[in-house]
Amino acid sequence: MIKVNALHKKFGRLHVLKGITNQINQGEVVCVIGPSGSGKSTFLRCLNLLEQPSSGQIFFEGKEITDYQKININKVRVEMGMVFQRFNLFPHMSVLDNICLAPVKVRNLSREEAEVRAYSLLGKVGLQDKALAFPDKLSGGQQQRVAIARALSLQPKVMLFDEPTSALDPEMIKEVLEVMKNLGKEGMTMVVVTHEMGFAREVADRVLFMDDGLIVEENTPAKIFSSPQNERTKMFLSKIL
Amino acid sequence: MGYKWSWNVIVRSFPLLLAGAGLTIRLTCIAVGMGILIGTFVGIGRVSKNKFIFTLSSIYVNFIRGTPLLVQLYLFYFGLPALLGFPIPPFPAAILSMSINSGAYVAEIVRAGIQSIDQGQMEAARSLGMTYHQAMKYVIIPQTFKRIIPPLGNEFIAMLKDSSIVSVIALEELVRKGYLVMGRTFRSFEVWTAVAFLFLFMTFPIAQLVNFAERRLKQND
Repeated sequence: MIKVNALHKKFGRLHVLKGITNQINQGEVVCVIGPSGSGKSTFLRCLNLLEQPSSGQIFFEGKEITDYQKININKVRVEMGMVFQRFNLFPHMSVLDNICLAPVKVRNLSREEAEVRAYSLLGKVGLQDKALAFPDKLSGGQQQRVAIARALSLQPKVMLFDEPTSALDPEMIKEVLEVMKNLGKEGMTMVVVTHEMGFAREVADRVLFMDDGLIVEENTPAKIFSSPQNERTKMFLSKIL
Repeated sequence: MGYKWSWNVIVRSFPLLLAGAGLTIRLTCIAVGMGILIGTFVGIGRVSKNKFIFTLSSIYVNFIRGTPLLVQLYLFYFGLPALLGFPIPPFPAAILSMSINSGAYVAEIVRAGIQSIDQGQMEAARSLGMTYHQAMKYVIIPQTFKRIIPPLGNEFIAMLKDSSIVSVIALEELVRKGYLVMGRTFRSFEVWTAVAFLFLFMTFPIAQLVNFAERRLKQND
């Protein structure tokens, strides 16, 4: 579904991604782990071109999205939902409006259709009763669940999660992971940058370990956690497990 | 000193001064209203990635903020008519120069407001497939407006005071009326005290509103 070929990203003189080649298959849940500063988030943000790669190609469903002359990036992003570490809900809108905005303005749904869809998504994340609340009245975990519902509002083909639980208090992490787990079970294609090894172990089909701008090792969670091959993977896992 | 304060002068000239204050408020409201209109567009231009739009709006802002309002007024009242070959009456000249002046200051307020919105808001909007234009319109600008209410209030106060400059082209706003009353009564101390307090009566409530708005916004953040 997504193919990445020799992806490089530089910020000025800082070389963050040093040649990433990989593939995300339909229905797959891929977790990206690794030390901070390894380029995990930058890699994820390149996939929907929130960061423009310095070189290399990204293909989405066979089309090269790094071919900027030919591609309308807004159309591509509609197919890719994204969830951020810091939620990024629109604070001047109710939960319902947050979820309805893009379907109405981008997909030209009627307000009624958008609301029906929004309520069903809110049901999915367990927050139907909060539809009319404003984001600042919600807990972190609730906000992130709304953010997931919002990202799903355009019925994307793939969901990108950028450390979705890193800004949450410990007691709220579970409710968010639960929602993500269900999403994976429904067959959603997901790329998840995370520090939650338990989640990666349980939900991921494949784990990518990144260090210093490269995918150093990839394998099924069972194999990567029990018998990592690369020295850097071993060192990283020994520190956090 | 032996100066004898005369309430009588104030009471008798009060309707005249009040009429002047009326014009002061009218000028300021129109100018700041137009200024908000101009400033919104120019302020968005000041964060534009389009070099042409950015340069154009930057030249405007820097020119206006780097020159005195008095000189701008003279440019429109004396300069422009010389160029065009027909006179511009005082009121339109005053409105024109004050609006264009206010627009530059509001533009900087809007620019700062836009830049104070968390980068993640733009990213979230763009990740939902919105264009830059849509993200600005539905996500960034509405949040900006709320945040810039206090500095806009301050701009209103500043413009209300600066509007006294248009007295030099014989527009009978509050200061000009002060001159007239002084010439008629020779009671300069009473007249200018009254004028000062009339200004204060106009600016003080607005300043209080600004404070209130600031407190409210802080609670909401």
